[in-house]
Amino acid sequence: MSRLAKIGDWFEQRLKIEPVLKETMGHPVPRQSASWFYVFGSAALTVFMLQIFTGIMLALIYVPSAGQAWDSLQYLNHGVPLGWLLRGVHGWGSNFMVAIVLIHMVQVALFGAYKFPRELTWIVGVFLLLMTLGMAFTGQVLRFDQDAYWGLGIGASICGRVPFIGAWVVHLLLGGPIIAGDTLSRFFALHVFVIPGLLIGFVSLHLLMVLKLGINEWPMPGRIVRRSTYLQQYSEMTHKDGMPFVPGAVWKDLIFAAIIIASVLVCAAVFGPYGPSGQPDPTIVQTVPKPDFFFQWLYALLALLPPQMETPALLIGPVIALGFLILLPFFAGEGEKSWKRRPIAVVTILLTAVSWGELTHLATYTPWSPVMDAWSGDPVPVQYLKGRSPLEREGSAVFQEKQCRNCHSIGGSGGQRGPALDSVAVRMTHAQLVRQVVQGGGNMPAYGKQLNPAEVAALVSFLDTLHPPNQPQARDAARQLSSQDERPKPEIAPVAAQK
Amino acid sequence: MSEQGTSGQATAPARAQDTSRRDFFVKVGLLLNGIAVAALATPVVGYLLSPIMRSKQYRQWVDLGELDEFPEGQTRLAKFKNPISNVWDGATDNLPCWVRRMHGEKFQVFAINCAHLGCPVRWFPQSGLFMCPCHGGVYYQDGTVASGPPPRGLFEYPYKVEDGHLMIEAGQLPTLATQASLKTRSKECQG
Repeated sequence: MSRLAKIGDWFEQRLKIEPVLKETMGHPVPRQSASWFYVFGSAALTVFMLQIFTGIMLALIYVPSAGQAWDSLQYLNHGVPLGWLLRGVHGWGSNFMVAIVLIHMVQVALFGAYKFPRELTWIVGVFLLLMTLGMAFTGQVLRFDQDAYWGLGIGASICGRVPFIGAWVVHLLLGGPIIAGDTLSRFFALHVFVIPGLLIGFVSLHLLMVLKLGINEWPMPGRIVRRSTYLQQYSEMTHKDGMPFVPGAVWKDLIFAAIIIASVLVCAAVFGPYGPSGQPDPTIVQTVPKPDFFFQWLYALLALLPPQMETPALLIGPVIALGFLILLPFFAGEGEKSWKRRPIAVVTILLTAVSWGELTHLATYTPWSPVMDAWSGDPVPVQYLKGRSPLEREGSAVFQEKQCRNCHSIGGSGGQRGPALDSVAVRMTHAQLVRQVVQGGGNMPAYGKQLNPAEVAALVSFLDTLHPPNQPQARDAARQLSSQDERPKPEIAPVAAQK
Repeated sequence: MSEQGTSGQATAPARAQDTSRRDFFVKVGLLLNGIAVAALATPVVGYLLSPIMRSKQYRQWVDLGELDEFPEGQTRLAKFKNPISNVWDGATDNLPCWVRRMHGEKFQVFAINCAHLGCPVRWFPQSGLFMCPCHGGVYYQDGTVASGPPPRGLFEYPYKVEDGHLMIEAGQLPTLATQASLKTRSKECQG
């Protein structure tokens, strides 16, 4: 017996672990389940371990103090050799983790893997998703910069909408009356101790159930899941047409895990670490806070929901979504597993994915936000000034000076909060423009108090020129009739005359 | 249960009695642990809830500076140190607010935080508007909503003038639940 085998025996005599290892590695999987579609769960575990490792590395340097966190991040980026790379791997790792967990969830839903007897595996998975998102948010806070500071402000404002106990929730979230040192400390505790501890426990439970219940078989249309027969069918399937997990299926998991780790590393090396952006100093108000990628859909949703729906959507929406996910295996615990026979499931997932994608896409250019420096930064296009009268040119200056540009674009630049004004004169008559500028309305502020009559006259005369050369300016039809005086019709003429 | 404790010749009823005795002591043990945990939990809960227990002490009068710093008819950014702060707060206990001096000693002091979701609103004197960079909330110079999603006007701090200094009562992040002032605003010139 070689020396190595003797040492192995010594440990085995005391640990008695060999049967457990053999059972784990050799547990049978259905032949078709040893598929590339089944690698996302192990990939999520891989990224989770990568996050734990890089997280510990960062904790060697990071200072969880509101006064020094930002400086310690700068030190990590620029002072510690390869600190920037580790921050990059941890930051990109979080992106990959959220993405892989979501893909894993979609795959599991499409393959009907949440059905009997794997209901609890799914429910534990739903909590794992929540914890992953919790890690993403708390991690964003630990990158204690302007985005983190104002992101906390948004979180507190959402908590402030809770009826009756809103103030308590706000103070509990912040650990005090304002976003300050105690806030960062408690998010540090959550990100480093509480949620990772829960994650490790829940991941273990999740894995244990996968081992005990076996991996989901490849769904076949027409193969119906029934509580009375499923366990026997699955057992037959794995024994007749199955193979041991090692090496039958594990090689795909291993190769995919390596690809994922390499991808995270490449992203970190090429794109670098996330921030930190500006210092977390609330007196710097020249800032445009934005959440990280995985929360941008929420950011977009909060800008686009009708205001009266926001509080219900914020407070009731998550409860409904969570309730739906948890109850799913109970009202759909049997029946078809194949996505080919589950159109509602497929459409629900597609609809969710498309909505999520579009909201995230909108958040990349935030059409609902005023562009804060458009009025001073974007020039009026030359063709809108050529050959114009002095009054009209004065109007274009008023247009810029009064920050109209922050919400209205012309010539393709400026805000998108209000409509683009390149052809506004086609849509609105002179009188309508005056009224709109002075009184506002339709989500536009009234400028009557901020513009004197001369400025209004100049501004509107400029707006009157904004129409394509081949399209005439909008005119008041009634006024046109009365002035042209052609074939006066008795039923229209008196109305026009009154105007 | 255990064989050793009955010293050889014990009868069946004696064993049953023995078992029930042990069951009893298990229960006593659990009860003692319950008491110990409750004794521990009470201070822990108090510790965890401490941020909300002191709610009344959060607000204090703070000095924003001399009246001369705020010209009449203008709105300016002022900074103050939060009444409750720690050395490890860094720059975060330095808070901004918008001070609008209408005339004489008549002021409006607005929180920086948008009433929608707390982002920092910016003042544009040319158009007389506060604009929020996050979700497009816009307010008039008197703090009333001009456009966008905010459910109410800007939060206002209560103020007073003392010895030529402008004082505001501040101390907590204003949200819909933790407002800067409890005074309800009448809706002036909407639209």
